[in-house]
Amino acid sequence: MLPLFQRDIIERNHWLTQSDFLDIVATAEMTPGPIAINTATFVGYKLSGFWGSLVSTLAIVLPSFISITLLAFILNKLKDNKDAQSGIKGMRPAVTAMIITAALSLAPQSIVRPLDIILFAGALILSWKNWLNPIVILLGSGVISLLFGLI
Amino acid sequence: MLWSLFINCFKVGALTIGGGYAMLPVMKEVFVTKKKWVSEEDFVDMMAVIQTVPGAIAVNSSIYLGRKIAGIPGAIAATIGSVLPSFLIILLIASTLTSWYQNPYIANFFAGVRPAVIALILVAGVKLGKGILHSKIQIALTLLFALLALVLKFHPVVLLVMGAAIGILLSRISEKSNASEKKGRDQ
Repeated sequence: MLPLFQRDIIERNHWLTQSDFLDIVATAEMTPGPIAINTATFVGYKLSGFWGSLVSTLAIVLPSFISITLLAFILNKLKDNKDAQSGIKGMRPAVTAMIITAALSLAPQSIVRPLDIILFAGALILSWKNWLNPIVILLGSGVISLLFGLI
Repeated sequence: MLWSLFINCFKVGALTIGGGYAMLPVMKEVFVTKKKWVSEEDFVDMMAVIQTVPGAIAVNSSIYLGRKIAGIPGAIAATIGSVLPSFLIILLIASTLTSWYQNPYIANFFAGVRPAVIALILVAGVKLGKGILHSKIQIALTLLFALLALVLKFHPVVLLVMGAAIGILLSRISEKSNASEKKGRDQ
């Protein structure tokens, strides 16, 4: 989605400069939430304050809302369609593979420092064994890294 | 129910750090494990179908599950819940004009979250696989798809379409062979 933003916001409408945009993306990457949504919110704010951010956020979410609602409606109608159901079940290996490979391909850029390896391994074991829930593991990992940086 | 949906989606939204499937571990924990609003199968099937339409997975999944659980009001509650945390944080950051991402403490915190997210996504993916993939064919297909994705960089939607096609094919073939078995027995 970022190239689309770039084209419309920087090149076509000249609403922001490239460096403004890069700042926004860097922040959007770090804050919770999808980058695309965060970028939209941020750009909206820069251009028109609170109402701008509200409008841009709603606007970027609306297509999803419409298409998912339609999708759910269609799937409901296909509840008893054998082919549709086998098709959906057929996607299960694909989704599983996609999730695992997505994580693997992001690993190199996320596991950079030696501490990261420890955090990764720790999170792996803790969540595999269900010793701690994901929320605690995530926050704990961040806090440990934060504290480590203070040493 | 709407309020619970809103609050839980808010939780998920607040903890979706990093792109893509980052919301998966927390969403699974809340929707499948804790609240038992959907089964593991439904969750995986949801993940599959929502990637066939445009939009961020995190948002799409909230909308879908919200609707499944409580209709259109549910979809709205879920969407607002999941988008609100980042909306508020961005507003805060944008209005204070600080380059927050350059703050070393914040940077350190997120640098520590990232490896954990990867681990959690891996574990969630494998556990989901264990829960829903039963036959050897399915496991073999998973490995095949993984290879296609990692090595040949196949686009996700292509893999989904392939999976769906194979699913339909296999079910039709097994139907035919069941039907001809029956014919054989009847004769």
